[in-house]
Amino acid sequence: MSELLVSVRDLHVTFPHRGGDVHAVRGIDLDIHRGECLAIVGESGSGKSVTARTLVGLAGPNAQVRSSRFEIDGRPGPFDWPKLRGGFVGLVMQDALVSLDPLRTVGAEISEVLKVHDIGDRKDRPARVRALLTAVHVPEPERRAAHRPHQLSGGLRQRALIASAIAAKPPLLIADEPTTALDVTVQAQILDLLAERRSTGETLLLISHDLAVVARLADRVLVMRDGQVVESGPTSSLLAAPEHPYTRQLLAAVPSAASRGRRLSAPAEPLAAAPASASAEVVVEAVGLRKRYGAHTVVDGVDLTVRRGEIVGLVGESGSGKTTVAQLLFGLTAPTSGTVAFEGAPWTGLKERRRRSRRRRLQLISQDPLSGFDPRWTVRRIVEEALPSVPAAELLERVGLGADVLDRYPRQLSGGQRQRVAIARALAPRPSLIICDEPVSALDVSVQAQVLDLLADIRAADGTALLFISHDLGVVHHLADRVLVMRDGAVVESGPVDDVFHHPQHEYTRALIDAVPTLEVSR
Amino acid sequence: MLRRLATGLVVLWAAATAAYLALLAAPGDTVDSIIGEGADTPLIRSQIIREWNLDRPALVQYLDYLWRAAQGDLGRSYLLQRPVRDVIADQIGPTLTLAVTAAGLGIVLALVLAVTTRRPWARRVSSTTELVLVSTPSFLIGIVLLSVFSFSLGWFPVSGDQGVAALVLPAVTLALPVAGVLTQVLRDGLDRALDEPFVVTARARGLGERAVLVRHALRHALLPVITLIGWLFGVLLGGAVIIETVFGRPGLGQVTLQAVTSEDLPVVLAVVVFSAFVYVVINTLADLAYLVIDPRLRRS
Repeated sequence: MSELLVSVRDLHVTFPHRGGDVHAVRGIDLDIHRGECLAIVGESGSGKSVTARTLVGLAGPNAQVRSSRFEIDGRPGPFDWPKLRGGFVGLVMQDALVSLDPLRTVGAEISEVLKVHDIGDRKDRPARVRALLTAVHVPEPERRAAHRPHQLSGGLRQRALIASAIAAKPPLLIADEPTTALDVTVQAQILDLLAERRSTGETLLLISHDLAVVARLADRVLVMRDGQVVESGPTSSLLAAPEHPYTRQLLAAVPSAASRGRRLSAPAEPLAAAPASASAEVVVEAVGLRKRYGAHTVVDGVDLTVRRGEIVGLVGESGSGKTTVAQLLFGLTAPTSGTVAFEGAPWTGLKERRRRSRRRRLQLISQDPLSGFDPRWTVRRIVEEALPSVPAAELLERVGLGADVLDRYPRQLSGGQRQRVAIARALAPRPSLIICDEPVSALDVSVQAQVLDLLADIRAADGTALLFISHDLGVVHHLADRVLVMRDGAVVESGPVDDVFHHPQHEYTRALIDAVPTLEVSR
Repeated sequence: MLRRLATGLVVLWAAATAAYLALLAAPGDTVDSIIGEGADTPLIRSQIIREWNLDRPALVQYLDYLWRAAQGDLGRSYLLQRPVRDVIADQIGPTLTLAVTAAGLGIVLALVLAVTTRRPWARRVSSTTELVLVSTPSFLIGIVLLSVFSFSLGWFPVSGDQGVAALVLPAVTLALPVAGVLTQVLRDGLDRALDEPFVVTARARGLGERAVLVRHALRHALLPVITLIGWLFGVLLGGAVIIETVFGRPGLGQVTLQAVTSEDLPVVLAVVVFSAFVYVVINTLADLAYLVIDPRLRRS
């Protein structure tokens, strides 16, 4: 067996808390060998990040850590953390916009590591910083080193963050959700960079919620749930033949082309058949939508039709204009040119007073329902505000919530519950169209599965049309009938979802599809 | 920059006008103020009215005042019979010394306290003390300090303006409440900064706790403090009026107090306009300090 960089047995991490301690990690074993890529996957609250932080002694000031064995580099504690951190273990977190000090240049951040670990002297550090930025493929390293995180694109600043983590050449790199905040094409580049390091024999501990990302990089996988490892093994065999029911459930919950037509939360069951939509009446029709802010054209000539009972996907990367299209359809902002007709009557150009009577037929669900709820209102009040004549309990039952949440406040709900409450509120006035703007992006995969199933059920039962905006091609392929691909404010390609995703015509669509890490699994 | 300058001028004009109107509405006659304790005959009265041009309509007097103020002529003191500019120039030194010393002391004290009292018990002791200092009137702090360090221990002079020793107690008196507020704001800022993900990254580099505080968190914590600098000036100037009286120091505070009680209009007006001027300057400097500390605010 190769050299062990980290060896942990029966690790427990507890956070003392009034009204009951939080036992975040409950007795896990972990070995990291030199040269391998080990991944820990799990949903939020599984304890995967706490485990990673414990390996650099940063579980938190109140964390109580105990174990029967805890060795780093073959030595048991107590550890000389200042030396180990950065020197033996590098840590890369998600979203470099906040994980690098926003007030300092990325060059200063990287240089700081060299200074702390006494590498080189003051004079040759700028050259070392440039070399590190070059190693992570940052173009024009000299210029970029003087930039601050907000001046760099998401991909470049994530590279800078990686450069700072590897500056002191630590034998082990921990990457905690390193690509979660990134667009899919940028994610692919960062994964390439990590794969490149792996191929040169570097050791990587990858923490992720995304099984496809894990499949791309890891040799071995630990699946965590509620602070415990439920299953572990070589990546290929674990993904191909998962043994634990939770692993199987997790894999089945990933939406993709293969999952079309079946329930994500109960893989054996088919979804209710979609009503025929090709000849159904048009719910919303946008023609030549254009929106300019100053000299900047955000939406550039978008045509879009959604029929009754149809789910239309709108995909694109951040800044492509997806959300602005939603705002234009919803009437939150007026188009610079172009028109929207809703239920066969003009919608744009009307005074708000004249739209109000039809407003209820058009509903919006956003990524973060919490910001749309009054924090001082109970769920009952939030749901009944939409249409007081429909009892909240009835609506909540439709979205799979019990009456026990009626008197709770938004903050007391989980992410999935909040999104269900938002859907219940949207359903109350029996809308003909629900615009869903990244409705599942903030949810764990198993919760996402339930919400996607719910949306499909609502469409099948009520014939409600959905405009489903997402950056996640898998989600759209799973759920939508037709899809529009947006880039720089324009639709570059559209059509039935199978046609577009299996036979993309536009090079941008192809690039997007190629960038998505895929999960080849037998189900 | 041009816009900032224009805003500053508007603030100055508004301050001058507001003070003018307030003094116009105040009871008492200008002629009485000028006569003060002197002989009061109808002849002297008419002479005064002629000499000071008090027979013109109020609006004309106001415009004349503005016009002269714009040229730097703030008029003559009724009481002292000297140009107001000279009165202020004479007295500005001690007040400025006191204010700057107190501000510096307060800021340094706040920085040291906020950074060193991170442990739970130290923090509890410190925040209790801060609360007491913030809620105690400054004259009371001054009197307590006087009776302990001057009357009992005799370390510092009781009053007057004889060098550095006489500056210590007034400056400390003014600085303590300021330090109290600034420490609380800084500590709160540090707490928030230390919760940010970039602090985890910094620690994961092997940075010591002190370095994380000083090199990363402190800069973020300073941003809300800068917002308070304008307020700080107000506290120091208002405080100086009282402190100079308690410690018997010469200065703008004394002059203001005297001018208000004797209705010496030109001096009061000048003090108001001068305060507004310093206020504008300090706030402009604060805005510039923002740009230095937070580069995200700079225009790309």
